[in-house]
Amino acid sequence: MDVIVLLKQVPDTETKIKIDADGKSIDTSDIKWIVNPYDEYAVEAALRLQESDGAMVTILSMGPERAVEAIRTALAMGADKGVLVDDPATEGSDALGKAKVLAAALRSMDFDLVFCGHRAVDDDENQVGIMVAELTGIPHLGMAVSIEVADGKARIERPLEGAKVTLEATMPALVTFGGAHAVWNPRYASLPGIMKAKKKPLEQKTLADLGVSPDEVGAQAAKMQVTSMGLPKERQAGRVLEGDTDEKAKELTRLLHEEAKVI
Amino acid sequence: MAEGVCVITEFRDGAFRRVSFEIASEGRRLADELGGPLLAIALGDGVTEVAPDLGGYGVEKVYVVDDPLLKDYRAETYVPIAAEMLESIEPKVVLSAGSVDGKDLSARLAARLEAGLATDCTELKIEGGALAAKRPMYAGKALAWCSWSEGAWPQMATCRPNVMDCLPPDTAKKAEIEKTNVALPGSNLTLVVKTEKEVGGKLDLTEAETIVSGGRGMKGPENFAMLEELATLLGGTVGASRSAVDSGWRPHADQVGQTGKVVTPTLYIAVGISGAIQHLAGMSSSKYIVAVNKDPEAPIFSKTDYGVVDDLFRFLPVFIEEVKTLKSTC
Ligand SMILES: Cc1cc2nc3c(=O)[nH]c(=O)nc-3n(C[C@H](O)[C@H](O)[C@H](O)COP(=O)(O)OP(=O)(O)OC[C@H]3O[C@@H](n4cnc5c(N)ncnc54)[C@H](O)[C@@H]3O)c2cc1C
Repeated sequence: MDVIVLLKQVPDTETKIKIDADGKSIDTSDIKWIVNPYDEYAVEAALRLQESDGAMVTILSMGPERAVEAIRTALAMGADKGVLVDDPATEGSDALGKAKVLAAALRSMDFDLVFCGHRAVDDDENQVGIMVAELTGIPHLGMAVSIEVADGKARIERPLEGAKVTLEATMPALVTFGGAHAVWNPRYASLPGIMKAKKKPLEQKTLADLGVSPDEVGAQAAKMQVTSMGLPKERQAGRVLEGDTDEKAKELTRLLHEEAKVI
Repeated sequence: MAEGVCVITEFRDGAFRRVSFEIASEGRRLADELGGPLLAIALGDGVTEVAPDLGGYGVEKVYVVDDPLLKDYRAETYVPIAAEMLESIEPKVVLSAGSVDGKDLSARLAARLEAGLATDCTELKIEGGALAAKRPMYAGKALAWCSWSEGAWPQMATCRPNVMDCLPPDTAKKAEIEKTNVALPGSNLTLVVKTEKEVGGKLDLTEAETIVSGGRGMKGPENFAMLEELATLLGGTVGASRSAVDSGWRPHADQVGQTGKVVTPTLYIAVGISGAIQHLAGMSSSKYIVAVNKDPEAPIFSKTDYGVVDDLFRFLPVFIEEVKTLKSTC
């Protein structure tokens, strides 16, 4: 069984965001980069299949040279090999542009399952994985909080507003992972894992290698773009209530009722 | 030529989900600015009966496919029907729900139609005859305005539930219905094996008006009963920090934050939560924020409208009684 994990490198969630001088993107000068947490869940799920079914796990990422580090992290967790699509022409791609590149890369690879996070915690778009499924013509099981693979089928559970749904798809299929850290508990890279990762194959590809024309992707092909970016209005720290417990409880009730009018 | 706005509604268990009315109301506002009609697509099993009600929110005409095979959302049935409808209606702007199913449907449609899609939008406007959309990024640590390229069609956006103003419906107004019978693809690549409703019909965090969240300060799962009681009194639901979820005190679906749910209730009450950056990212755009924490230096207090520095185990029982008294007198 071949499992390909689509993985994105994103700014650390601890990052305090600053807007770049261009006014349309974030200032990346002091950023620490991490593997997108939801992609980490996908890597964990793939590695469990590697253990139970001998699945071959390949990490596929798109991004600049620094993304090699994110792939190495996944290799150190236990993935078998990595592919990075690194081409300056992909810069400025919208979700569809990115999905086209990834779908093109998948075309040249063998897979039974494609895994990825349901969203990347930078752009928060929730689109790329689903679009890859559409462009590849395969089913998508979204926001998985559990997965079982048997008899050529993948079965997941996922939350739906106010309900839990069990879904099944015929493979090949794409699964996007949701839930929380507590659901997947992704393993850490061990020291021997890190040593081994250095020797695992990591291939770099360009658009030409994938047979994608540069004008299908990148900023000029984007259907949608960010025109300005800003920080949300700083919330003003409000008042801290005074008095003993009884007085504070009375005052909070009154404020919520009379001032905020929310209870 | 493409004109007007089309909303893709979400119908489940015999009724439109509230977000459908929110996007219809928003669609009405945009259509008035753009010029052109407000249309809707309604797919589902038994949707014909309620489809005319969309008129109350300003929808002029609803394109309906009503079929038992459409009981659950599945991409292989919904996507081809909706794509074909959009190609024939040719709206300039398409709005859909930023719900679990709505996200799947809209991303697939955008890929199929080669369209630009802005997800989880919190504000929409018309600028120079085209859509402009505001959407949070980095879990709300940044806000971006997006626009569509010249000639890009359609301009697609999903709206985050609970954000767009829902018009009070004019129940006298009914929308025109155009029913289409389509041969549904027989393909069975995906199957909905079962759907289990949450017991007690727990409100989803993203759709709740009031959220009472607990963190590590709650000390154990049993103490969340106090938060449940308070949430019930206030007609809301319970959330949690990642620490509370990681400790196994609360289900993962309750996690609020950058790697949980990003929520925008009218009232958010954080109890025993310190206010880590990842947690703040998920709840800072709530309208009113209250925190109860015994540490006056806790970062959560930088975001609160009303801060209570106290031991939560002492404060909560008294506060719950006060709320009960208030509720019994009004
Ligand atoms: C990649 C990544 C993603 C993350 N994503 C999220 C996320 O989505 N959501 C999230 O919440 N966190 C997230 N975190 C974790 C985050 O960094 C914090 O660790 C977490 O939010 C802390 O939870 P807490 O506030 O409940 O616990 P603590 O930080 O331990 O705070 C407990 C608070 O309770 C107060 N307290 C204790 N006892 C009492 C009492 N008796 N009365 C009153 N107050 C009391 C204390 O003063 C303290 O302020 C993420 C972390 C990482 C690395």
